[in-house]
Amino acid sequence: MGARTLILAVCVLLLAAVPALATLLGQLYYIDLLRRVMIFAIAAASLNLILGYGGLVSFGHAAYLGVGAYSVGILAFYGVHNGWLQWAVAIAASALVALVIGAISVRTRGIYFIMITLAFTQMLYYLGVSVEEYGGDDGMRLKVKSQFSGLVDLDDPVAFYYLVLALLLVVIYLVHRLVNSRFGMVLRAAKSNEARSRAIGFSPYPYQLVAFVISGAICGLAGALLANQTSYIAPAFMDWTRSGEIMFMVILGGMGTAPGPALGAFALLIVEDLLAGWTQHWQIILGPLLVLCVLFFRRGLAGLLPGGARHG
Amino acid sequence: MNLILVFEQMLNGLQFGVMLFLMAAGLTLVFGIMNLVNLAHGSLYMVGAYLTVAAVQWTGSYPLGVLLGLIGTLVVGMLVEVIALRTLYERDHLDQVLATFGLILFFNELIAILWGRAALYTSLPTYLQGFIEIIPGSIYPVYRALVIGVGLLVGAVLWYVVAKTRLGMLIRAGASNRIMVAALGVNIRLLYTVVFGFGAALAGLAGLMAGPIYAVQPGMGELILIQVFVVIVIGGIGSIRGAFVGSLIVGMVDTLGRAFLKPLLGAFISPPAAEAAGPALASMLIYLLMALVLAVRPEGLFPAKSG
Repeated sequence: MGARTLILAVCVLLLAAVPALATLLGQLYYIDLLRRVMIFAIAAASLNLILGYGGLVSFGHAAYLGVGAYSVGILAFYGVHNGWLQWAVAIAASALVALVIGAISVRTRGIYFIMITLAFTQMLYYLGVSVEEYGGDDGMRLKVKSQFSGLVDLDDPVAFYYLVLALLLVVIYLVHRLVNSRFGMVLRAAKSNEARSRAIGFSPYPYQLVAFVISGAICGLAGALLANQTSYIAPAFMDWTRSGEIMFMVILGGMGTAPGPALGAFALLIVEDLLAGWTQHWQIILGPLLVLCVLFFRRGLAGLLPGGARHG
Repeated sequence: MNLILVFEQMLNGLQFGVMLFLMAAGLTLVFGIMNLVNLAHGSLYMVGAYLTVAAVQWTGSYPLGVLLGLIGTLVVGMLVEVIALRTLYERDHLDQVLATFGLILFFNELIAILWGRAALYTSLPTYLQGFIEIIPGSIYPVYRALVIGVGLLVGAVLWYVVAKTRLGMLIRAGASNRIMVAALGVNIRLLYTVVFGFGAALAGLAGLMAGPIYAVQPGMGELILIQVFVVIVIGGIGSIRGAFVGSLIVGMVDTLGRAFLKPLLGAFISPPAAEAAGPALASMLIYLLMALVLAVRPEGLFPAKSG
C-alpha cells in the first residue's frame, strides 16, 4: 500500500497547490474548473457508497443534487442567507427525499431498481420544471451565496476552493470509515451474497435503506455546493443525463474503491472540458468513448494504481 | 367539463397509450429474451422519426417514406446490435446501462449534426389531415384515429406471432433457456439480431407516428423512454401483456391528468393554488401511480413467468 498512499498524497498536494499555481500562471479558470470537479467528486463518492459497496445501481443520484441546490436556492429566495442553516436544510431535505424514494425502491432488485430510481428523479425534474415560482424551466439565480458568519467567504474563489477540497477529503474519509465498520460489512455482505447474509441473520433492507439515505444526504451537500458554484439553480441539475454522468464517474474511477470516484470525476470532467473546447459536437466522441470504457476498461482508474488489485 | 370533451381526451389517452405500447413491447421483449437493458431504445424511436421525415421529403410520397423509415430503423437497430450490444448480453445491468447511455449521447449528437438541433415538423398528406365523427357531435383527427388503429393492430399481430407461430415459439424458448435452444440447432445469435431488429422497427414506428403530433428533435427519445420505463415497471418486466395494460393505464392517467386535474383541483382549492399545483401534480401523476403499484405489487401487475 506504500506506493498507492504516496501517489494519492501527491494528488491531494497537487490539488491543494492548484489555486497558487493558477494565480501564478494567470489562469484563474482552472480554480473554477477543479472546484466543479471536486463537487462532482463528492457526489460520485456518495453514489459509490451504495453502488460500489452496496451493489445498488441508483440511476437517480442527480435528484439529491437538485434537492440540495433547490434547498439553498429557495431559502435564499425568501431572504435566508445563513449558510449553516441552508446547508443543514439541504442535507436534511435530500436525506428525507432519499428516505421516501429508498423505502419504495430498495425493496426491489436489479433492473426494477434502476428504472424506479430513474423514474423518481424524472418526477422531481418535472416538479422543478412546473413550479413557476422558483423559475420553472429556466431556473433561478442565487443572488447571494451562502453566508458563514464571516468564517468562510464563498465569494472568494480560493477560500471556496479550499472549503470544497476539505469537504471532499472529509467525505472520502467518512465513506471509507463507514464501509469498514460493522455497518459497512453487512452492506458489502448483502452485495456479494444476499441469501447468505440473510442466513446469518442480517436482513439487508434496513442496512441498504440507511446507506441509501446517507448517500442521498451527502449528495445533497454536493448540491448545496453546486448551487454556490454556479450561482444558479435549474431543473437541469436533476436531468437524467446528469445521473448517468455521476454513475459513469464512479465506474470510470473504479467502483468500490476510496479514491475511485474522485479520479473518475476528474477524468470525465477534464475530458469533457477538453473536447468541448475542441468541437461543439463533443458528445459524438464522448459517447463511443464511454462504450469503449465499459467494454474494455473494467477495473477503472483506481485499478491502475499500485496495490489496487487487492480491492479487486 | 362536458362528456364529449372527456371522450376526446380518453381517445387521446388511448392514442398515447398505444404509442407507449409500441415502445414498451420492443423494450420488454429485448429485456425478457436477451436480458439486456437498452436505454438506446429511445434513440431508435428518434431515428425512426428522422429517417421518415427525410424519406418523405426525398420520395415525395408519405406511405413510401414511412416504409423506408421503418426499414431504415430496422437496419440501424440490427447494426447497433451486431456492432455494440452483442457483447453486452453477458455483462451485468450496470455495464449495459452505461454503454447504452453512451450510445444515446452518440445518436443525439449525430442527429444534431445531420439535421440541426431545431425541431422539425412533418406535413401530413391531405387525406390524413381531416376529421372524422366518431360519436355524434364529436370530431376527431383522422391521423390520431389511424395511430390508435395501427397500434392496436400491431399489438394483435405481435400477440399472434409470439403465441402462435414457430418464430414466436423460438423466441419464447430462447427466453427460458438459450443454451438448450442453441444445442437444438437454432442459430440463437441470428434470432437475437432479428428480435432486436423487430424491437427497433416497433420503436421506429412509434417515432414516425409521433412525428406529426409532437416535435421531431434530438433527445425526443429520452422523454418517452422514461415514461416507457414507468409502463414496464407497472406492467411487469418481460411481459407483453403487462406492457399492453401498463401502456394503456399510463397513457390514460397522463393524458386525463393533464387535461382535467387543474379544473378538478379548482373545485376544492382556490383557483390560483390550483393553477400552480395542477400542472405540477399532473406531470408527477404517472410516477406516483408507479410508486403506488410497487407498494402493493413490487413485481408489477403481470410479472413474466419465465423471469
